[in-house]
Amino acid sequence: MSELSPFVLYFVTALLVGFTRGLPRQVILLAAPVVTGLHLWLNVEIGSTITHAIMSYELIILRVDKLSLLFGYLFCIASFIASIFSLHVKDTKQHIAGVVYAGSALGAVFAGDLITLFVFWELLAISSVFLIWARGTERALKAGMRYLVFQVLSGVLLLAGALVYYHNTGSLAFDHIGLEAGVAGWLIFIAFGIKSAFPFLHSWLTDGYPEATVTGTVFLSAFTTKVAVYALARGFAGEEILVYIGVSMACFPIFYAVIENDLRKVLAYSLINQVGFMVTGIGIGTALALNGAIAHAFSDVIFKGLLFMSMGAVLYRAGNINGSDLGGLYKSMPKTTVLCIIGALSISAFPLFSGFVSKSMVMTALMHGDYGYLWLLMLFASAGVFHHAGIKIPYFAFFAHDSGIRTEEAPNNMLIAMTIAAVLCIFIGTQPQYLYALLPWEVEYWPYDLTHVLAQLQLLFFSALAFVWLNKKGLYPPELPSVNLDMEWFYRKLLPVGAQQTVNFLHCAKKSTLTTIMAPMQGIQTKLAQSSVAKYYLSESWPTGSMVFWISAILAAFMLLDIFGLGH
Amino acid sequence: MSDEKEKSYLFDRPENVERLLKGFYAICILLVLADFVLHRHIGFGWEEIPAFYAIYGFAACVVLVVIAKKMRNVVMRKEDYYDE
Repeated sequence: MSELSPFVLYFVTALLVGFTRGLPRQVILLAAPVVTGLHLWLNVEIGSTITHAIMSYELIILRVDKLSLLFGYLFCIASFIASIFSLHVKDTKQHIAGVVYAGSALGAVFAGDLITLFVFWELLAISSVFLIWARGTERALKAGMRYLVFQVLSGVLLLAGALVYYHNTGSLAFDHIGLEAGVAGWLIFIAFGIKSAFPFLHSWLTDGYPEATVTGTVFLSAFTTKVAVYALARGFAGEEILVYIGVSMACFPIFYAVIENDLRKVLAYSLINQVGFMVTGIGIGTALALNGAIAHAFSDVIFKGLLFMSMGAVLYRAGNINGSDLGGLYKSMPKTTVLCIIGALSISAFPLFSGFVSKSMVMTALMHGDYGYLWLLMLFASAGVFHHAGIKIPYFAFFAHDSGIRTEEAPNNMLIAMTIAAVLCIFIGTQPQYLYALLPWEVEYWPYDLTHVLAQLQLLFFSALAFVWLNKKGLYPPELPSVNLDMEWFYRKLLPVGAQQTVNFLHCAKKSTLTTIMAPMQGIQTKLAQSSVAKYYLSESWPTGSMVFWISAILAAFMLLDIFGLGH
Repeated sequence: MSDEKEKSYLFDRPENVERLLKGFYAICILLVLADFVLHRHIGFGWEEIPAFYAIYGFAACVVLVVIAKKMRNVVMRKEDYYDE
């Protein structure tokens, strides 16, 4: 039975989902992650592989070790929760896209060679874009297109890198690659970098995710960036440059998150911030740091999913997700409020919640690596997370001023999905030994000691105090209907406007050149017409016949020249 | 949806908000006091500063918000900026 790659189950499910409706379809949707998860748990053993020969090359479509298995479990859990959350959706293509997307993520983390990885890498891109397009708006259509360009570019770079790598080393195995692999290493590194939203390459995420459907964003938040984190951990662990990239990823989005109005976009920025912690851990490269990065990916999928679900529920019920228009929703959506707060406490790494037990590993690893100033910056980022994701999200959606919106509690399937995620957040936070046991590297670590708990509580409570103080003083920036310029400005504004202006400029140039040339020409022509040569036929008009005649004459001349060998 | 006499909710009453905030301030004070009683492990020199994490957390958020507000002058545009 272990001779079955988990993605196959998902792809079969996608097929079945296409042919069923109603209850049978719902059962199939829920069964897929459960069956796959059990299959991974019971049948698939560490060390087992499945290879498949295509032409003269052997593809490794299943390679199981602790690292891939952990992500396998995680993706089953994530897709199970997301499936429950989207159970009410009737749209067939969204369901198929979601299942194929989750299946591709599973395929990618179990891929043992770069070509198999590339195939699933592109499938991730193509299936996920339908979750954005399914929104059906003009904006979503365009945002999806921009998202797809980035994703496909990432795939092309990966393929190019894989081919150069094969040329240089004669191997396509997906193990540690490292930047010392030269051009191949860099190509693959940038491919992974696009999908993990490195700074300057991140705008597909903040641009695309907020435009997706209510349920689509929940899927999106779980897979793409985490597959990229997995790929970085496998291919580039211990690359020093990742520490700096990770720290900047953790720091810059929080500024945007503070002033962003669309609350799902706030979460998109905070997603980059959290991936920054993972990337930093991968860059440090010690066993503790790598375990921390992987553990944080695990907790992040669940608490970020929970936060996206709660904001999705708000969007679903209130029809709006702008902080400037919301507020006071705790009155009509009390359960969603509580569940959202659990997600907020988890992402802020409150003791007893999941973020605490994973993020503290990365922070401790930074300390052990003696990265003093970077550690300070990450501490700043930690305080910032609490500020924008921990407080801002629940505060502006559910409390703040009463917007007057009165609606219903989220549908039951959404509440169940959020409850499962919330329970997992608390379970991981209070019983971290189970998550730690799954981690790939051997290291002794326990997060709950006096120093950690006290330090973290001080940091968080005084961040909250800053929020209260700024709010009371009226210094807190109000939520305003607006967009904030980010990297996408370059291709959404500069490029089109630049192209338009270039076209306009060329057009004007052409016009003025023509007038400058035509005016004297016309003058000459009129002069010519008045002159005595005007009686000659050819100077008067330019009929086609005469043109043909002259061309024939020229050709004849050339032929004669050629015959007499004068042209050589 | 809106009834004439809508139910009064938890935070509609200012005294509840007041109570919540008082509890919150009390915890903040206790956390700082705890720093003087309990002994933290020290990894970096600056951790020896009393209530280092409290000061840092507060300062970090104020700096964050001040810079973010300034950023608005540069990056903020109207909602339909890209649709024009």
